[in-house]
Amino acid sequence: MDPIIRFENVHFTYPEGEEEILRGVDLQIEKGSFVAVLGHNGSGKSTLAKHMNAILLPSSGKVLVRGMDTADEAKLLDIRRSVGMVFQNPDNQIVANVVEDDVAFAPENLGVPSAEIRQRVDAALRQVGMYDFRMHAPHLLSGGQKQRVAIAGVLAMEPEVLVLDEPTAMLDPQGRGEVIQTVTRLCREKGMTVVLITHHMEECIGADRLVVMSNGAIVADGSPAEVFSQVELMEREGLDVPETTRVLHELGLPTETLDAESCARLIAEKLR
Amino acid sequence: MSEIRVEALTHVYSAGTPFEKTAIENISLSIPSGQFVGLLGHTGSGKSTFIQHLNALLKPSSGTVYVDGEDINKDKKSRRAVKNKVGLVFQYPEYQLFEETVFADIAFGPKNMGLSKEEIEQRVHEACGFVGVEEELLQRSPLELSGGQKRRIAIAGVIAMRPGVLILDEPTAGLDPAGCRQIMDNICRYRRESGATVLIVSHNMDDAARLTERLIVFNRGTVAMDGTPEQIFAQPERLVEIGLNVPQSTALAMALREKGVQLAGSIYTHAQLMQALKGVGAC
Repeated sequence: MDPIIRFENVHFTYPEGEEEILRGVDLQIEKGSFVAVLGHNGSGKSTLAKHMNAILLPSSGKVLVRGMDTADEAKLLDIRRSVGMVFQNPDNQIVANVVEDDVAFAPENLGVPSAEIRQRVDAALRQVGMYDFRMHAPHLLSGGQKQRVAIAGVLAMEPEVLVLDEPTAMLDPQGRGEVIQTVTRLCREKGMTVVLITHHMEECIGADRLVVMSNGAIVADGSPAEVFSQVELMEREGLDVPETTRVLHELGLPTETLDAESCARLIAEKLR
Repeated sequence: MSEIRVEALTHVYSAGTPFEKTAIENISLSIPSGQFVGLLGHTGSGKSTFIQHLNALLKPSSGTVYVDGEDINKDKKSRRAVKNKVGLVFQYPEYQLFEETVFADIAFGPKNMGLSKEEIEQRVHEACGFVGVEEELLQRSPLELSGGQKRRIAIAGVIAMRPGVLILDEPTAGLDPAGCRQIMDNICRYRRESGATVLIVSHNMDDAARLTERLIVFNRGTVAMDGTPEQIFAQPERLVEIGLNVPQSTALAMALREKGVQLAGSIYTHAQLMQALKGVGAC
């Protein structure tokens, strides 16, 4: 299958910057997959995300979205429509005084007929579990609810890829759970391609694929269990690994499981 | 350095209006000088309302707060005096940086205390040392620094007042793992070297378990649990009931015990879990 997003040897340096932020990234993202990108601050993971819908353009190399080169200005609108972005701070992404108006903002600007806007807004709000709040004022919602409204605003554009750049960094544990569950469901049930940029390792556990960035390059890429089992590499990168992986690793057991339940089963079997 | 005693503290927001809400109700507790306390509880449990009473930012609807034996709401003078004694670092304090230079920002608190120029200078340098801010940053604008640096500068601004009680509301929120570790190290170091009482509000159970001596768990405006990490994590089911996470090691220990593995003791760190596993012959 053709990848929906393809990075070909992408290098990036800010116009006045001296340091190279991306140093030769090759990456293909399959349609319908849930890919988590983990890395510490300054690893280049947000810069990578901003290349996915032409907010930033490569200094050299190419980014292709559904085969369209992001450097091709004539394709810009198509690319932005295909790849929706959600950012860290929900307060910076909400523009209207009523939840449903906020979600309608993007389709209105795309010139979608009003009957269809109505239908898209309702569908988007249902998908993130915020339909009952459609007449509420966004500033009275919790952080997790606001972030779900922001996701609905992107969904109303009917994109094929949802890129989330640290969407949970400012949320409490409950809000974080809400956002991660929402995007996981969008991927599993609606076939949405999800790219989640984060520095919380626990948010990567349910992804199909985990990519670790360091110093502008990809240093690990595989299933979450495969990547976390490289305990020494993760420690060197200043990243956490799940306690389950750490314990299995130290007990010399296979580290292919991440949840406490199956990890406990493995250990209990060993003891028997 | 300073001790806190809270008696029957209740706070009602918007009393007498249709929006009336009791945020905390009848809380009594005392925190001895020099203790390192973690405050846990989910959003809306009352912990932020509670800490804002400890330096008279909020006035109790009823009840009394004593710092070093004095009622901090006795009169205007006591309300002002307690602000120098109890330093409060809010969530995302980097949004409150406003001066032109890092130096001026950190010096803002000491300056308002009416200290001499030399004394202010000394305190700024001392505070920088505690949080690991390099001296060459002092003349830069705080707005051009990284998120982690800004956060440390904001904390330094409170430390420069040499508070006897340092209270931090989620000091590591939004930082990456390396940034979290650095901030927590800075706080531990300040406490060790100054002897200050430290209260920290945290959603990170692993940090709370590892670093503090006492945990106070808030739930629906009251104190649901209060004890050493050992005592608190000996009853992980209660935490789960309240809707809080438990440290990852505790969760794994719970799953193992359910499978009939007889792990000894209260488990809330990786080392404890490995020790207990050793005890049953797993390694």
